[in-house]
Parts: sequence; C-alpha cells; structure tokens
Amino acid sequence: MWRKIEEKVFYYLMIISTVSLGLLLVLIVATIVYRGLPYLSWEMISQTPKGGYYFGREGGILNAIIGSLYLSSGAVIIALVISLPVSLAMNIHLKRRKKLVNGLRFILDLLWGIPSIVYGAFGFTLMIYLGIKASLLAGIITVAFFILPIMIRSMDEVMKNVPLSLIESAFALGSTRSEVAFKVMVRQTFPGIITAVLLAFGRGIGDVAAVLFTTGYTDNIPTSLMQQTATLPLAVFFQLGSPIPEVQNRAYAAALILTIIILVVSISTRYFGKRFRKTLIK
Amino acid sequence: MQQGKISIQNLDLHFGKHHILKNVNIEIPENQLTVILGPSGCGKTTLMKTLNRLVELEETVKINGKIFLDNEDILNTDKDVTEIRKKMGLLSQRPAPLPMSIFNNIAYGLRINGISGRRKLAPLVEKYLRQVNLWDEVKDRLKDPATRLSIGQQQRLCLARGLAVNPEIILADEPTSALDPLSASIVEKQFAELKKDYTLVMVTHVLRQARRIADYVVFMYLGEVIEQGPVKEFFENPKMEKTREYLKGAFN
Amino acid sequence: MALKLRKFKDQFSSLWIKISLFFVVLLPVVITLSLLYKSMFVLETNGLKELLFSSVWRPLAGQFGFWPFIISSLWVTILGLLITTPICMFSAIFLTQYSSSRLLRFMQPVIDILAGIPSVIYGVWGILIIVPMVGRYLAPLFGIESTGFSILAGGLVLSVMLIPFILNVLIEVFKTVPVELSEASLSLGATKWQTIKFVVVRKSFAGIISAFGLGLSRAFGETIAVLMVVGNVVGLPKSIFDPGYPLPALIANNYGEMLSIPMYDSALMFAALILLVVVMFFNFLSRLAIIRLEKKA
Ligand SMILES: Nc1ncnc2c1ncn2[C@@H]1O[C@H](COP(=O)(O)OP(=O)(O)O)[C@@H](O)[C@H]1O
Ligand SMILES: [Mg+2]
Repeated sequence: MWRKIEEKVFYYLMIISTVSLGLLLVLIVATIVYRGLPYLSWEMISQTPKGGYYFGREGGILNAIIGSLYLSSGAVIIALVISLPVSLAMNIHLKRRKKLVNGLRFILDLLWGIPSIVYGAFGFTLMIYLGIKASLLAGIITVAFFILPIMIRSMDEVMKNVPLSLIESAFALGSTRSEVAFKVMVRQTFPGIITAVLLAFGRGIGDVAAVLFTTGYTDNIPTSLMQQTATLPLAVFFQLGSPIPEVQNRAYAAALILTIIILVVSISTRYFGKRFRKTLIK
Repeated sequence: MQQGKISIQNLDLHFGKHHILKNVNIEIPENQLTVILGPSGCGKTTLMKTLNRLVELEETVKINGKIFLDNEDILNTDKDVTEIRKKMGLLSQRPAPLPMSIFNNIAYGLRINGISGRRKLAPLVEKYLRQVNLWDEVKDRLKDPATRLSIGQQQRLCLARGLAVNPEIILADEPTSALDPLSASIVEKQFAELKKDYTLVMVTHVLRQARRIADYVVFMYLGEVIEQGPVKEFFENPKMEKTREYLKGAFN
Repeated sequence: MALKLRKFKDQFSSLWIKISLFFVVLLPVVITLSLLYKSMFVLETNGLKELLFSSVWRPLAGQFGFWPFIISSLWVTILGLLITTPICMFSAIFLTQYSSSRLLRFMQPVIDILAGIPSVIYGVWGILIIVPMVGRYLAPLFGIESTGFSILAGGLVLSVMLIPFILNVLIEVFKTVPVELSEASLSLGATKWQTIKFVVVRKSFAGIISAFGLGLSRAFGETIAVLMVVGNVVGLPKSIFDPGYPLPALIANNYGEMLSIPMYDSALMFAALILLVVVMFFNFLSRLAIIRLEKKA
C-alpha cells in the first residue's frame, strides 16, 4: 500500500516539475512583455538617445540595437574563420586519429565552460597589452573568443555524423582534402553550420559580462571599429540602474526588444536544425 | 477449453500501423520446455514480452486477444501487473545484470517482495546461486559488481535472480546466443533440469538446440504461428510446407 | 596549371587549419597564464592565504581579502543547485521514463529557449518577480526584514537559469540507460518507481553527479543575473536573506575603478583567476566522468 502511495506522490511531483518548466518560460516571457510593451515605441527602436535621454527625455536605443548587431556579427565572422577549419580538420584530416580529436573536444568543452566574465577579464588584459582602447573591435575580439568553442563544438556535432564512406568516396575520386572539406563536408552540413552560427550569434548578442570591460558605452552608432559602442544587454543593465522611472521603464522595453531578438534567433536555430535532420544522408 | 499452463487465444498485436502478431493461438504445456522457432523479425521477442506484459512499455502498441494463465486472463484484468510479471522470470538475449553487487542482484527481487535483513537474505542468495551452479565461483566475491563476471556467469546470475522470486514460468529469449559454447551448454543443461518445477518457454533459432531440449515446438513466420506440436512429431513429420522449408534451412 | 592551383589551395587550407588548431589549443593556456601574470602583483604583496581567507576588504589600503566574496559565491551557488536539483531530477525522469516521446519532443524547444534567454533578462525578471517575492513574502514568513536583494534571490534566479542547462545533460544521461535493465527489474515484480529508484538512477549515478558538477561550475561563474538581484554589499552574509557579493559581481561592478586604484586591477584579475580555476576543476572532473560513462554504454 505504502508503495503505491509513494509512487503516486512522486508521479505527481514529476508532473508538477515538468509542467512548471513550461510555466516558467511563459512566466518569464509574460513578465518581460507585460512590463516592456507599454513603453515600446517606434521612437525607442528608431532613434539614438537625445540630450536629456537619461533624465527621461526623447530618444531611443537604436545605438544599442545596432551596436549589438555589429558586435555579435563581427564576432561570429571572426570566430567562423577559426572554427570552420578546426571543425573540418577534426572530421576530415584527423578523422582517423580518434584520441587526438577526442582530446580536442575535451579542451573545447572546457573552453565552453569558462564563464563569460573570465573571457571579459582576459579580453581586457589583452586589450591593454595590445594598446587598444575600449572599442567595438575590442568587444568583437572578446566575444569571438567566448563563442569560439560554442561554434566549433556545434559544427563538430553535425560533421561527425557525416559517414566516413562519403568522405572516402570523395577522396577516391581524386579530390584534395580542401576540396573534400568545402565541396563535400560544408555542403553536406550547411544547415548545421547555419545553426551553429545562429546559436553563437544568440549567445554573443545576449552576453554582458564579456563586453562590460571592452566595448565602453556611447550614445552614438559606431562608424568605425575603433569607436566605442553600446550594446542591448548593457543598455538594459545601465538604464535599470537609474533612479528615474522613465528610464527604468525604457530598460524594460529594451529587455523586451532583446527578448524578441533572442526568440527569433532561437526559433530560426530550431528551424534550421530540423531541416537539417531531414536533409542529412545517414 | 484451456489445455496448457498458458493459453494464448486470438492474439493480435500492432506497433502503430504494423501488424506484428497475427491471430496467434498457442497452448503452452505445464512443466515442459516449449521452444519458439522462427526466422529473425517474425515476432518471437514481441510474443515473449507480451506474455509478461513488458510490451506495454512501448508507446505505440495495441493488443487484442486473450492470454490465460491457469484459467485467468492476464491481458484483460485489473490485477496489478507486477503480480503477473512476478510469476514469469525473464532471461534476455544479452544478460542484463543490475548495477549492483552480485549478492544484491539476487537480493533485489527478494527485497522487492518484502524479504529483508541480511540474515534472512544470505541463505536464500546462497540457495539460488547454488541452483545455477554459480555459488562456488562467486562465493568469495559476493560484494563485487555483477558486471565483473564473465558473460556466461552473468547469464546464470540472471537466471538465479529470476528464480529467486519464485516464478511459475521462465521465459528465455535466445538465452545462449551471446554465450561461449561452454557457458551455453551449462545454461542449456540447467534448463533441462528446471523442467521439473517450472514451465519453460524458450526462443531459439538453433535447430539442434531445439531438438535436444524441447518438448513442444512452436514455429512462427511473419507474425503467424505456422505449426505447433510435440518435438518428435514436429521435426520428424512436419505438416506444413513452410515448416519443411525452414527445417531445411531455407530462411537462413 | 589547374593542378598547381589545386595543390596551392590545399596547402593554403592546411596552413590555415594548422594555425587555427594551434590557436584553439593555446587559448586556455594563454587565458590562464595571462590572468596569473596579472595576479602576480597582488599575490606577491598579499600572499595567497591572506587573499583567500582574509575578510578585510580595503582596496585603498591595498588589503584584499576575498573571503566574503568567496563565501557569497558558495552560498549562492549551493542554494541555486539545491533548489534546482529536485526540479531537474523529477522532470528528467518524467520526460525519459514516463511521458510519451511526443511530450519530450514538445518540451525540447521549451528547454532550448529557456537555455537561450540572456542572463540580463533573467536578471530583469529576478528584479521584477523574485526580489519582491523574497522581500515581501518569504522573509516576513521567517520574521526577517529584507529588501529582497539577497543571497536567496540570487540562488533562486540561478536555480531557474540552471534548469535548462542541467536538465539537458540529465536527459542525455537517462537515455543511455539500457532498456533491458529496466525490463529485468520490472520482470522481477518491481514497480516502475522502484525500478527507477533502484536501477535507473543508480545506473546513471556518475552521469547525474557530472550533470550537477557542470551546473555547479556554470553557477559559480554566472555574473550579471546574480549581480542584479544579490544586493552587492561587502561583508559576511549571516542568513540567506542578507545581501551578498559573489566574485563575478565584484569583478563586474568594479571594472570602472580598476585602473585608478593601485593593485586593484591585479586583485580583480586574481578574482577572475579563482573563478577560472574553480570552474575548470569541476568541469574537468564532470567531463571526464561523462566520457567514462559514454565509453561503458
Ligand atoms: N518497439 C517497436 N516498434 C515498432 N516495431 C517493432 C518494435 N519492436 C519490434 N518491432 C518489429 O516487430 C517485428 C518483430 O520483432 P521481434 O519480436 O523482435 O522479432 P524476433 O524476436 O522474432 O526477431 C520486427 O519486424 C520489428 O521490426
Ligand atoms: Mg528477438
């Protein structure tokens, strides 16, 4: 009898836990929408802060939106230049050297685990060492470090499913390794690469701790890599710290904008992920 | 109407849209060894798992028909499914020792059934390990994880584990196919002995093995029972064309 | 000619690959060494023991005792893990052992989206929901006055952020348990719940520990969300309703003054080094355990 009661109790606890996951997501998004939506206006997303913005006057956070897009795109491009060859090498050139590849995966997983604030601190050190000032460029480099392992491991996960026979038959046709890499592997895993890029882009755009030290903050939209830049998460964070209610409200609106961007990125990541599973030859 | 210990009547089973068991009727005689023969994929494993209702773990499964155990329909009943499962020990193709010590592998089922305390458990564990001739091999390392045993020993441990909960029936799904020849013959010999006290149902695709130990044979093909009968009759005088082909090795 | 071009392309890409590989392997080493190098200054003047275990925090006087920050970090991390553990375990067991595969497929995007929400959003949500909840309801329940900005708020926000992270690992871990094991247990007359308790969880034990090990290192380094709700007051917290000041928050809050006070930058880089070492340590062990597990499966 006791056995049955115990099982029932835990069964309901499990259902409650699982349902609460869904509710949690709804609650978080609803909170952000509820607080942000009333203050979200065309002005918010089409203008940079005007004089007196931080006292509640006109303006928007276009500088932060554009800044974030620049920052994350730049970082993704740089990270791609390094991550693509590494993941290709792990799955073509070094495919037969299992130990080495697994060692690399281990290092990458460790890198993935390093908190972004540590990347931020490292980026700051590097910045001073190289004599660069806080700028879009410094931010891009720091975020690139931080998303590098994410990108490599995500691409690696799809590339390692490409069957050896496909690669070998390409070699048998006399292709060089770089031709196999780009003509076979990249083509075969293209949606997977997009997924990895989107995932990294989302991480890059949402992170504060890595860019806190390195991008500075400005009300202008940067016109060169050496200028400082605002980012969306920082805009949320800074405005929320203001004692003026109008400014705080704009922080909520900014949070909503960030949430929308992230949701769009998340959903397109899934979309490509799904399409990918269908097209992959197993 | 029921002649055997177990009587399977008009059993149909679907996985989603796939019709896996088709109007299966089998009478399994008491205290004998029934062998189920058939090419792979014909539904032997599914049939075994239907008997102890493990097949219900599959999401898409739909079952129709009746299975009587001692005149009680065990498919369509409100009775606790664990009570039904307890009556049938299951031995799978690859031995599946539980992630615990050798001792606890046997004690597990006993504890589940309400026997506790080392003083009560120890003699029972010894008894069942002796019954499968494993005691002398493991008596000095009862605390070792069961996974350290050889595959053959693991399979005997699994058999002992099943016996410990006092089943009436033992279901074995190709129990010797993963074993080395020596362990296989030990397990096979034990099966021959167990007939005295248990009703045995065993899947195999080794014809020689079936011939050696079976009392009753059921031949299945593509989810249907083609032929069943006492072992002698089945092998020496098969009635169906399909059976004759199979015995000639046409499907292997 | 065409052949030469192809050869050249191949050589070029080989070089590119070698440089990139080199870069990736070197990165963790360079990060660690550069933080260590930066910390040397404060390490030489204050000594490791003093830095780690002293509670005296007077940057202007050159005294950097990290103990209060380390304690805050531990409190928040452990609290976050404690709260998240039952939710993650129950959900992972439900989704892998009880529910239909359709529900699992439906929940996967929910988990992924939760995982993708930026820290700062969790922080905003924490300020709007968790902080008032702690300040207005939970603290008075214990007869304590609290602004709500507290260790508990930090732990709660962290626990929510950890859910998708740990849950994903747990689901993978439970999926590796062979069905035959559950079947063996069930056929001995065990109920489903007994089977889960004694066989499935037991079989996945190493994996479960690893999942929480990864969660722990994630929690230890989480910065902005915790910073926003934890209060950021230097001192040893006496209860979970007191404000705290974890290490990542310390670094993030003071980067502005970093260069204007002597040795301050070195001290903050030392804080980053502590984070790095702790996180790497737990990650290392957990990953190792997971690899072992996969090999066995
Ligand atoms: N869980 C399942 N879902 C769908 N089809 C299944 C499932 N399990 C088995 N089958 C199918 O049922 C048929 C019979 O399988 P099985 O009973 O394992 O055959 P046997 O043991 O005789 O080799 C096979 O065609 C197999 O593909
Ligand atoms: Mg089978």
